[in-house]
Amino acid sequence: MPFALSPDRERTLEDILKRYPTKMAACIPLLHLCQEQEGWISEDVIQFVAHRIDLPPAHVQGVVTFYTLFNQKPVGKHQVWVCRTLPCALRGAGSLLAHCEKKLGIHAGETTADGKITLRTAECLASCGTAPMMQVDKDYHENLTVERVDALLEKLRS
Amino acid sequence: MLKQTSYLSKTYGMPEGWTLPVYEKECDGYATAKRVLTTMTPEQVVTEAKKANIRGRGGAGFPMGVKWSFMKPHPTKPAYLVINADEGEPGTHKDRTLMELNPHAVVEGCIIGCYGIGAHAAYIYVRDELHLSKERLWAAIEEAKKKGYLGARPFGKDYAVEVYVHTGAGAYICGEETSLLNSLEGRRGEPRLKPPFPAQAGAFGCPTTVNNLETIAAVPSAFKIGCEEFSKLSDIHHLNDGGVRLFGVNGHVKKPGVWECAVGLTLRELIYDLGGGIHGDKELFAIIPGGSSTPVLRATDVVDAPDEKSPLHKWHGMSVLDVPLGVDTFRGLGTMLGTCCATVMAEGTCPVAAMHNLMQFYRHESCGQCTPCREGSGWLLRICEKLMAGTATMDELDQMHDIANNIMGNTICAFGEGTAMPALGFLKKFRKEFEAYVRGERKGSDAKLALEGMFS
Ligand SMILES: Cc1cc2nc3c(=O)[nH]c(=O)nc-3n(C[C@H](O)[C@H](O)[C@H](O)COP(=O)(O)O)c2cc1C
Ligand code: SF4
Ligand code: FES
Repeated sequence: MPFALSPDRERTLEDILKRYPTKMAACIPLLHLCQEQEGWISEDVIQFVAHRIDLPPAHVQGVVTFYTLFNQKPVGKHQVWVCRTLPCALRGAGSLLAHCEKKLGIHAGETTADGKITLRTAECLASCGTAPMMQVDKDYHENLTVERVDALLEKLRS
Repeated sequence: MLKQTSYLSKTYGMPEGWTLPVYEKECDGYATAKRVLTTMTPEQVVTEAKKANIRGRGGAGFPMGVKWSFMKPHPTKPAYLVINADEGEPGTHKDRTLMELNPHAVVEGCIIGCYGIGAHAAYIYVRDELHLSKERLWAAIEEAKKKGYLGARPFGKDYAVEVYVHTGAGAYICGEETSLLNSLEGRRGEPRLKPPFPAQAGAFGCPTTVNNLETIAAVPSAFKIGCEEFSKLSDIHHLNDGGVRLFGVNGHVKKPGVWECAVGLTLRELIYDLGGGIHGDKELFAIIPGGSSTPVLRATDVVDAPDEKSPLHKWHGMSVLDVPLGVDTFRGLGTMLGTCCATVMAEGTCPVAAMHNLMQFYRHESCGQCTPCREGSGWLLRICEKLMAGTATMDELDQMHDIANNIMGNTICAFGEGTAMPALGFLKKFRKEFEAYVRGERKGSDAKLALEGMFS
């Protein structure tokens, strides 16, 4: 079935288009809007976006593959990103990641068998002053301890 | 000298400090924009702005007012102001605090900036992960609009200004200004060849000024007290490095964080007075002064500036920890001030593991357009991996210098230098430690522990 946006997201799309002098500029915001609904960027989404802002699908495809936050395949219900870059590493990000991997029984980059959690590493998330940290879906969790990580993961799994 | 100030950060920590009523009550919010738009000409705005000596807070330290003066009216094309809030440089965590805790300073800065450079629209490019920042900025824009501070006639003046938030989708390179412009236009975030510079052909092919978010947030304060007065708040106003700015510290300090101080603070004050000293009362080992692309300093380094004409001569023979954090002073030390957020490493930290961590970052973030950067970043990482595994040779250690030197100056954008300079910095400052790995005296497994020590 071809992709379509929900009615309220359709209205958001109209708002987005008004912000820019070109339609092309809406490409990334529109992809975010679609991914919010769908969870990932399917071939149908690419066709939809290309059609709505008059771009060749190859252009949209090129944009999708450039940016790490666009999922090119389905992902878990929740996204857990552990920051691995030096300032976080200096405050224990390596152990934090290892702990998450053990607890979830998967490696970074994988999704749990029940489809609930995708675990990934992130590069510096501008939260180095409150390291170690991780992002869960849209929320930042900072100054983490083992106990807090365990509680967070439990909540996501239930 | 340590002088904490509250021009940018007065609303930090106040209940609802990010809302318009608090900004108006505590900071005399938008009174300055109103005065500027209703009593000054755009030319006067730019002339005044130059006196603030605000050195770009995004990393390169270019004077803001001078950049504004590059904007020339175009007969047919509109102009744009683009604000860089990509905040992706490892170790940088300051712009986020402004967006979350004082977003109205950003919006007011955008109004003054747009008017000065002849733009009617500003786009604030925020990295997508910063959801709270985007939310607070949008809310601030809405509040300002409702009051008539934005829109067709801000403060009743016939000069339309709109401000929008635009987001990326996870790519460090989009912090580079031309890559950011491509990303704003809806393209892959690949940097463009310069010239043309953004002031000639930037966003949508039109004249554009790109300013860092903290740079623009400082504008209302500067115009409020007078730009020259603002500049003089700095201890190194005489080096054309003026005003106040946000100083961050992270890594092995007791109290990591962000503080607003007069320009001229030293690393010693940042690390010990504000950061509370080194975790576990260990010795200080090394400092990356302003984001991972700025070459590392050793705690024992001393200033070598016998030449009386050097901006650093005054500190000749002193510890690098006692040099004021300034754009030209830190360039003189062979490193850079960068984003002014320092990463601190305590005694026991392994420099090889630290460099390995950073080379993973650069390998991952190279956009791949230029061969020296694409291949060089991968090659540097592979040798780091071999060092960690204990299989690298002395030849390979020397090869790293050649690889890094081959990147320098041979790429489209400054990401290349941003990769090569820190690599050369680590190799130069920690040659002994690197050689110990080659000789098998130290192992990568020990090093990993040395980085991970604090999480328990
Ligand atoms: C690889 C790379 C990444 C950059 N990332 C950022 C960034 O995240 N934020 C920023 O403000 N400037 C960043 N810059 C600097 C910008 O290109 C530009 O100089 C800056 O936004 C100009 O603003 P300013 O003059 O106010 O500092 C980066 C530069 C390079 C080469
Ligand atoms: S230097 Fe690197 S990041 Fe910059 S354009 Fe070239 S390949 Fe891309
Ligand atoms: S290094 Fe993790 S947030 Fe910056």
